[in-house]
Amino acid sequence: MTTLAVLEQRDGTLRKISHEVVTAAQRLGGAVEAVVCATGPVQGADQLGKFGADKVVTLTNPAFARYAPEACAQALAERAKQGGYRTIVFGATATGKDLAPRVAAQLGVGVAEDLTDLAADGGGLVVTRPVYAGKALLKVKVAAQPAVVSLRPNVFTPVERPKAGTAETVAVNVAAGRVTVREIKAAPAGTLDVAEAQIIISGGRGLKEPANFKVLEELARAFGGQAAVGASRAVVDAGWRAHADQVGQTGKTVSPSLYIAVGISGAIQHLAGMRTSKVIVAINKDKDAPIFKVADYGVVGDLFEIVPKLTEEIRKLHG
Amino acid sequence: MKIAVCIKRVPDSETRVKIAADGKSLDAAGVKFVLNPYDEFAVEEALRRKETAGAGEVAVICLGPAAAQETIRTALAMGADRGVLLQADKIPADPFETAKVIAAELNSTSWDLILFGRMAIDDYNTQVGTLVAELLGLPCVTAVSHLDLEGTKGVAEREIEGGIEVVDFPLPAVLTTDKGLNEPRYPALKGIMAAKKKPLEVKPVQPGVGALEVAALTPPPERKEGKIVGEGAGAVGELVRLLREEAKVL
Repeated sequence: MTTLAVLEQRDGTLRKISHEVVTAAQRLGGAVEAVVCATGPVQGADQLGKFGADKVVTLTNPAFARYAPEACAQALAERAKQGGYRTIVFGATATGKDLAPRVAAQLGVGVAEDLTDLAADGGGLVVTRPVYAGKALLKVKVAAQPAVVSLRPNVFTPVERPKAGTAETVAVNVAAGRVTVREIKAAPAGTLDVAEAQIIISGGRGLKEPANFKVLEELARAFGGQAAVGASRAVVDAGWRAHADQVGQTGKTVSPSLYIAVGISGAIQHLAGMRTSKVIVAINKDKDAPIFKVADYGVVGDLFEIVPKLTEEIRKLHG
Repeated sequence: MKIAVCIKRVPDSETRVKIAADGKSLDAAGVKFVLNPYDEFAVEEALRRKETAGAGEVAVICLGPAAAQETIRTALAMGADRGVLLQADKIPADPFETAKVIAAELNSTSWDLILFGRMAIDDYNTQVGTLVAELLGLPCVTAVSHLDLEGTKGVAEREIEGGIEVVDFPLPAVLTTDKGLNEPRYPALKGIMAAKKKPLEVKPVQPGVGALEVAALTPPPERKEGKIVGEGAGAVGELVRLLREEAKVL
């Protein structure tokens, strides 16, 4: 049975989640067909054989210049209906969360969302998803045909399993759609989104004032462009940082390789957004702060002394 | 403006999660239930739109157990006009079944706007609003953090990775609301008193079982015991060594 892995592109370049989607699809056994909606060739799509895609299909239409929710959903649902796929895998990104249920509804099923694990189980699937602010894991049997799932970003580490994949481009006819993206207001160049960063340095009230976030920005820069600066709800609500930077229940859910929580006490709402990070470091002056309970490594003390020292050490490594 | 707001009763996010004896659900004993925080943005937005229009109706629709009447009353206390409880003891594990029940209720009236919260903080689903929109054949914009409406045209902003999408759509439409859209009001005492007299219709429903079945609810794996590396800037050298040699993330 074939799994359909739905890729994501922006401005003709494949997004990182695409590798994760193909990697997870590969785990289910059987063939993997990767599909992307675009206006033409997508940079990076030819590399997917490396991650286990047997076939990469580019569905083209001029409407796909920007994310076109209804047109993409129509194109994917029609493809899914023709293909007889057992599973359709999306990434639970901003776009994937919007798109997956549209496609699923057209196929008459719901989505098993935001998965941190999945496995084939007889004719169906067994999936795991964090619920209740990450305080429990829900294991769900998916009997839907096809099963439509979305993956929590950064959880399924891309694994190289080279295959001689084939490529196909299909021009599709789709209705223009009523919902259209007029423009994308991009974040300033050089800022990495917390949802996509491999390293996140987040700050909380312990930073004392908005201007002090510069110590975290300097540390992020020392990591040479792989790190993003995040924020706790308290400092976002206080207007110190943008909501786009907020990690937690009413912000973004992240799973970076390294999460450094600076001056963050570790309220449950914050932990909900970052507890699936691979390695957590906490820097806090209060040795009893709850953040130390989830941290792998903790340093107790004045962040204004500790962080600059850390920046200096990281700069040496990246020298 | 005729606006429907679909809400959910959820455990407060501070709740200590205790797993029930069946090993598949939350032990609800002693749990404090609240109006889903993202739904507060939806209720608030509906109230503001009605106030701006100067006329209309805000109806609150909730699928849940009898106790969810309390949740509906919270929205009525904020200022919604009437409530409908689609009463079922259990919310289906398959969001498509939830969507079908809600869509069937919404289908009986023609709405200018149907609002949902972006996500339910209990089961972390973000899809029911979108599924309902598809079932009703209505346009849908998700995770709206800014909204302009003029006549039957709308412009919404939604956060995506690395930017903000500006989206055009026509009314009627289904929108799901994100943080940033507004600052929800607290129910005033007067509103709480008034809410007691507002109409709340209870309709028993029987959602289908669907194709998703809960196999188990378990505590998350314990993170392995962490260590305090040390105190102050003097501990940084050791921290970096551990991150390189033990955690291998640098």
